[in-house]
Amino acid sequence: MDGVHDLGGRQGFGPVRYKIDAQAFHAPWEVKANSLYAFAVRSGMFNMDEYRHAIERMDPRHYLTASYYERSLTSLLTLCVEKGIVPLEELEERAGGEIPLASPSASGRGNAEEREAFKPGDRVRVRLDFVPGHIRMPGYIRGKTGVVVGVSPAYPFPDAHAHGVKADDEPTYDVRFRSEDLWPQGSDSALVHAGVFQSYLEHALENPPP
Amino acid sequence: METRTDNSRVLQRTAPVEQRVAAIQQALEARGLPVAQAVEDLEHKAQEEWIPRNGARVVARAWADAAFRERLLANGRSAVMELGLSMPAHHRHLVVLENSPKVQNVICCTLCSCTAFTIIGLPPDWYKDLEYRSRVVRESRTVLREMGLDLAPDVEIRVWDTTADTRYMVLPEQPAHTIGWPESKLADIVTRDAMIGVARL
Repeated sequence: MDGVHDLGGRQGFGPVRYKIDAQAFHAPWEVKANSLYAFAVRSGMFNMDEYRHAIERMDPRHYLTASYYERSLTSLLTLCVEKGIVPLEELEERAGGEIPLASPSASGRGNAEEREAFKPGDRVRVRLDFVPGHIRMPGYIRGKTGVVVGVSPAYPFPDAHAHGVKADDEPTYDVRFRSEDLWPQGSDSALVHAGVFQSYLEHALENPPP
Repeated sequence: METRTDNSRVLQRTAPVEQRVAAIQQALEARGLPVAQAVEDLEHKAQEEWIPRNGARVVARAWADAAFRERLLANGRSAVMELGLSMPAHHRHLVVLENSPKVQNVICCTLCSCTAFTIIGLPPDWYKDLEYRSRVVRESRTVLREMGLDLAPDVEIRVWDTTADTRYMVLPEQPAHTIGWPESKLADIVTRDAMIGVARL
């Protein structure tokens, strides 16, 4: 889904709020929230793709104002309710107030019908896929052409794994893009790499430039 | 549930986040799940075991031992295990990115906040913030300069967006004055931010 979580290349944000030796945690509840979600994943209540997608499904207004650990907590609460582990009413009673959850999930999808194998040096194009469910393709690479620089072992296909759809595991490819191709006349010069699932890619038609 | 569409009421009535955390913990405990022990164990790991010192040891070994460096660059996951470090099952691949005088690697996660957290430590708050995630892929040189890393124009920047379950870490350049130091002393100078790639040593 093209949600607000897909932040790469969005404009209008200010300076990074950077501090040397910045901490991961700032309050005890953050440590606890992090541990509870990890416990739920380890216990098999849900997988990482379901977890990530429940964060993406948060109301955009809530997503943008929540801290990282509040987003994590909201995903945990949403999935526990959706999977029938704990009713919302019980949680709200225990919490003494309303608990905002993420919006319902749309449908997922299986692997691409025709998947191609790639090797380092291959020029590849990111397919023009627009899906309502989970996807790990940042919008800024959609339709763009780059070069494969690395191959990773097969992983569960997120578009299926987040939705309980059966699918084959797929390799992912580290694909190198030029920032000038991603944002013509609109970026600092750099090589930008993304880890891209096989189903999102096809061989680029044009030959590599000499 | 009608009130959920009425923002003013939601804001007034939403349970404080601490109470939402307590509610889910209590609810899971009430179902007989071993939550308390697991939370204690995971809290310990998050604060005491998944720390940047792990990655610093990896970097120090790579600087001191050329054969290890080769293995690390070829297969990061198996190389860090040689040092007794671990990665979660879903981190199936660790790619180590070598800096040079003319190349600066920097990692990010624009879609969420993924990192090789058992190796370089849990990510700092700014890594997970909207500003870093939105801007570092598109305005890399500007963002690094704002963060105190002013690179010469001929240094190539390579940004790595953690969009799959492959994990990345940066292998910083060894400062010349530290050649020959023992590994433990070398590890002392390696920072988390250098392994993310927003600082040089």
